[in-house]
Amino acid sequence: MQIDYANFTPLASLAGGALIGLSAGLLILLAGKIAGIAGILGGLANRSPDRTWRALFVLGLLISPWIWQLFAPLPSLTMVTSIPGLIIAGLLVGIGTRYANGCTSGHGICGLSRFSLRSLIAVLAFMSSGFVSVYLIKHLL
Amino acid sequence: MKLNLLALITGLIFGLGLLLAGMASPSKVQGFLDITGLWDPSLAFVMMGGIAVAVIFFTLAKKRTTTLVTHEAMKLPNNQTIDARLILGSVAFGAGWGIAGICPGPALVIVGAGSVGGIIFFIAMWAGMNLFERLQTR
Repeated sequence: MQIDYANFTPLASLAGGALIGLSAGLLILLAGKIAGIAGILGGLANRSPDRTWRALFVLGLLISPWIWQLFAPLPSLTMVTSIPGLIIAGLLVGIGTRYANGCTSGHGICGLSRFSLRSLIAVLAFMSSGFVSVYLIKHLL
Repeated sequence: MKLNLLALITGLIFGLGLLLAGMASPSKVQGFLDITGLWDPSLAFVMMGGIAVAVIFFTLAKKRTTTLVTHEAMKLPNNQTIDARLILGSVAFGAGWGIAGICPGPALVIVGAGSVGGIIFFIAMWAGMNLFERLQTR
């Protein structure tokens, strides 16, 4: 294992993580809602009666790069895979997060913050799978 | 009404956090998942920062019977099932996350930034979520 010091950003990542934790924390304490993005989108897909707040949370995410650009240039958002790759990956992420009932935010941030064993298992499963898939893509194929 | 405003603000904070953390950059996410190559450990710090802050709020929330602003019953998730759906679903998610370097939150941020690739990924993800609903209601 070699550390990529050129791209290592511990302070910005810690601070960004803290903002994500603040967002999830405010949403649960003030409104009792889980800031799990797959779950929020899932409620829009299955026409849950409480779609308004979900749509507004999504809107907040969508406009975040515009607000960011008022103060600083956006980081590189360049794709790392081809169009077929994006389609396969998107389908896997969409179906997978709904079967698992959570993603990096729902299980990773919210679930682990309330010490859920179920979420810990999910996190270990998707992290391991992510490590294996990147190993296959970058080093074997 | 209060819930709607709160959702917009927390969604915005969440998105700014993803951008600052580097989570919205597919190459950075792949760099984190590339443990056998040149490894960028940054995203482990996103988890640490996120949990360190969220744990305070979740601990407070657990002690309450009502939500602080919307005054509804405080209901935290209590599903403790560990089954094939959880594990296989997570494995499928992880595979897609590795291929594109994008998970659901960053997908929305990247769409907001107007990236065509991001929009293609989002449409496929949305199709996957709708396919799940179809399979559920059959």
